[in-house]
Amino acid sequence: MNARIQQLREQSLNAIPRISAERALLVTEFYKSDLAQQVSVPVKRALAFKHIMTHKKICINDGELIVGERGPAPKAVPTYPEITVHSIEDLEILDSRPKVWYKADEETKRIYREEIIPYWTGKSNREKIFNNLDQNWIDAYEAGIFTEFQEQRAPGHTVLGKKMFQKGFLDLKKEIALEIERLDFFNDPEALNKREELKAMDIAADAIILFAERYLDALEELANNERDEDRKIELMQMSAICRRVPAHAPQTFHEALQHYWFIHLGVITEVNPWDSFNPGRLDQHLYPFYEKEIREGKLTEEGAKELLSSFWIKFNNHPAPTKIGVTAKESSTYTDFALINLGGVKEDGSDAVNDLTFVILDVIEEMRLLQPSSMIQVSKKNPDRFIKRTARILKTGFGQPSVFNTDAIIQELLNQGKSITDARNGGASGCVETGAFGTESYILTGYFNLTKIFEITLHNGIDPMTGRQIGLQSGDPLAFKSFDELLAAYEKQVKYFADIKIKGSNIIDQLFAENVPVPFLSLLIDDCITNGKDYNSGGARYNTSYIQGVGLGSLTDILTSIKYHVFDQKKYTIKKLLKAADENFKGADELRNELINNTPKYGNDDDYADAQAVSVFEIFHNAVNGRPNTKGGHFRINMLPTTSHVYFGSVTGATLDGRLTKKPLSEGISPFQGADRKGPSAVIKSASKIDHLRTGGTLLNQKLTPSLLESEKGLESMVQLIRAYFRLDGHHIQFNVVTAKTLRKAQKHPENYKDLIVRVAGYSDYFNDLGEELQDEIIRRTENEVF
Amino acid sequence: MQGVIFDIKHYAIHDGPGIRQTIFFKGCALGCWWCHNPESRSHEPFTYQKKEKIDGREVVVKETVGKRYSVNELLKIIEKDMVFFEESGGGVTFSGGEPLQQYDFLLKVLKACKKRDIHTCLDTTGLAQQDKMAEIAKYTDHFLYDIKHMDSEQHRKYTGVNNEAILENLRYLDSIGKNIWIRYVLVPGINDDEGNLINLLAFLKELKHVNNINLLPYHKIGSHKYHRFGLEYKMNGVQEPTAERIEEVSRLFSNAGFEVSIGG
Repeated sequence: MNARIQQLREQSLNAIPRISAERALLVTEFYKSDLAQQVSVPVKRALAFKHIMTHKKICINDGELIVGERGPAPKAVPTYPEITVHSIEDLEILDSRPKVWYKADEETKRIYREEIIPYWTGKSNREKIFNNLDQNWIDAYEAGIFTEFQEQRAPGHTVLGKKMFQKGFLDLKKEIALEIERLDFFNDPEALNKREELKAMDIAADAIILFAERYLDALEELANNERDEDRKIELMQMSAICRRVPAHAPQTFHEALQHYWFIHLGVITEVNPWDSFNPGRLDQHLYPFYEKEIREGKLTEEGAKELLSSFWIKFNNHPAPTKIGVTAKESSTYTDFALINLGGVKEDGSDAVNDLTFVILDVIEEMRLLQPSSMIQVSKKNPDRFIKRTARILKTGFGQPSVFNTDAIIQELLNQGKSITDARNGGASGCVETGAFGTESYILTGYFNLTKIFEITLHNGIDPMTGRQIGLQSGDPLAFKSFDELLAAYEKQVKYFADIKIKGSNIIDQLFAENVPVPFLSLLIDDCITNGKDYNSGGARYNTSYIQGVGLGSLTDILTSIKYHVFDQKKYTIKKLLKAADENFKGADELRNELINNTPKYGNDDDYADAQAVSVFEIFHNAVNGRPNTKGGHFRINMLPTTSHVYFGSVTGATLDGRLTKKPLSEGISPFQGADRKGPSAVIKSASKIDHLRTGGTLLNQKLTPSLLESEKGLESMVQLIRAYFRLDGHHIQFNVVTAKTLRKAQKHPENYKDLIVRVAGYSDYFNDLGEELQDEIIRRTENEVF
Repeated sequence: MQGVIFDIKHYAIHDGPGIRQTIFFKGCALGCWWCHNPESRSHEPFTYQKKEKIDGREVVVKETVGKRYSVNELLKIIEKDMVFFEESGGGVTFSGGEPLQQYDFLLKVLKACKKRDIHTCLDTTGLAQQDKMAEIAKYTDHFLYDIKHMDSEQHRKYTGVNNEAILENLRYLDSIGKNIWIRYVLVPGINDDEGNLINLLAFLKELKHVNNINLLPYHKIGSHKYHRFGLEYKMNGVQEPTAERIEEVSRLFSNAGFEVSIGG
């Protein structure tokens, strides 16, 4: 890392996350204008975007090679009052909460008090959502049965395909003009809507070009005043790059990176979409530029690394937009889930790993930044050395890159009805979510608390935390004659809550389609232009809605406990077990020890326990999979938690696996913390018993003690372990290579472990930034030091 | 027929080639002072009071060391890890205790493995009648062969038995061309002196097929077990070898052309 990159990296690491009212003011100003009242909703959204891009502050940091910030400075985070209008209290909580805080100064609060809150109260999309949802949705949401991603952030969950590395926005404007010309006002009843949407996209294209022109001017001016000759030349070159991109297709490696970065800023300024945005298959998109310039001697590997490092720092300058309430609990992190994909296969199915793949892996190791997240796609066609190179990074305990199975991802996408080409161009984004890059909107709609639903089943529909009847009366738990009867009651409850969730999600989708179209994002994702339809209205070629199941490991162990002790061994009655759990196992140490240490557990390749994992999976899958959404697509499942397993645990009482009340649940498809005692190979065997190919992604967290990776043999074994999991159709695996001892020390003396990064769930985070519950949970996960 | 097994370890990456499953047979004829699995010496399973902690409070439970398995039961467990064996060129390793102490059972299990094309490895002290060793060798792809001491008297002192038969069996296995990795627990003041190491080197140089030595630095991790199981611990005062000493010994063998690995 050279001095320039070191300095930029330091600047990024030291920047203080703070709230900027700039965007909120600009969007309010525009919404109040006369013009805003005279146009259709899509055009209004596009003009608002253009207004922001025309007036927001230009930021060029000293020495940087890629320019552009979402806010006025690194880590200055804008707000989106048209989606969620923060109250003064929200701002104060954001400012003062102990973890994942955003400083809000008095000026920001004043602007909010005087300008933002008075205008947007009653108009924000969030308020519309809560006004339109049924009471049973509200009840379930408040009880912690599920969360709702779109309540304060816009749908995003998509990734750029290769098209924008081959086109400029002027090319898109031509396509739009052609589509407008083609509109058939005689036969197409939607022609007017389409024209408005296409006009909006055209305005959004102008807005991003205009934004780049402002950078062009600013860079030129900086160059004129620059005394350092080298930097002067550099600034002139950067200015020339902003003349070309994003209006025209990029021609060089540097242009391609700057081009993407303008696009990225456009997407995350238009709204606050989930998973920010993501260039996706970066080594594939950049390789043609890299290969050509290296061949022609115009770029060196070192030069490419410097540009990539500068690009990496840009991501790190952009913490997630502010999240509050339940959304902050389910996703308590600054990370905003841009996940760089490396490797995998090309469109023709051949091995896609190239020289640049390894260059980017070097950058990931050297930068050691939280953002962007990174992953490798491993196909059976990729060489072992690709995985081994990655293992050397994982060995350092960074938690990145995570490791994905390309061959499984392709089958998942084919199973969802995508073409083979679109499937091969796909990958995983966010934490582990499968998607067809450049052609699909795949929205996460919310986490779904499987363990809580079982708790409610055991209480005949009553939530024991509140005493309220929020579920079905599915039968007195003491009266079940067989384990299957109990399972059938649970299945009814899952269906009941899935129905509530799906109905709510369909309402929310329509509210976004109506009120918050995203013409800029629509430019990027096929086939929004040819369909003349917005991304939020089903304009994409594929439209998937995911519900993310949480607590598979916990619930499997609970079901296994009941089957084993009550119905098979007949050692305890269900009455005795329920009473003990309802009393949080007070005075029942021996019973609790039996449940924890003397009961088959998921994660040990024990078919008795793992059979219940399959039941849990199938019941959830059948309740959700294939249900239609409002965009012509379907609901699907995936299994990942972010930090919701901590939140969901906090609303769930003591459980029959021996877990105490309010403690975290298991995450992803990982075994409950500490329940796996036979090492990583047994975990992999258990986890592969569910059918990953019928999901849109599963998350498996695997701890490994650093000593297991000390030798070459250790690294090779890790490669083989990954190959074995993927041969069994496993979707994803991530590694935490750190000892519980280290983590305990870090918890005691955070000041000495400021740079300790751990894998949480689908992303890495600074250990110090995690809540104490989550820290404890990760320590427990890591405890079993044998492996 | 049943065998007595006291542990099964999955994802064992230091017990032979590839990713392995290591099955620990109970019962051993030797009594090495430094043994870190003293609970494995007696053949029969035994039960003791184990203290578990639940939220810091002690719960006493009965724990049994050693469990009986039929050949089929064991094979079912071995086969669970096939995918890892296949991906890594690994297989099953029989360790202990001393697996040869349960000769009939071991032979049946080995035969059953070979019938299923599973790579087999025997981690052994080498103490057995040579005709039995010969029969076992037919179904064993790889040996991890312990040498404790080159001096027979010293060997007897620290393990309870002489070393002639052990060294003779090693010569025999080498003569029939078996893959053998030598395992040597390096114990300061007991078997790490120059003379002993030079004798070992001389002995190994005579063998035709032995090329790998796994040096296992003595560690005290197992010492608490002697207390837990009420056994006499004779190693008080013996230190773990220093990193420098390990490196020196390693160089001695690697300079002589052997592949040396440390730890496991």
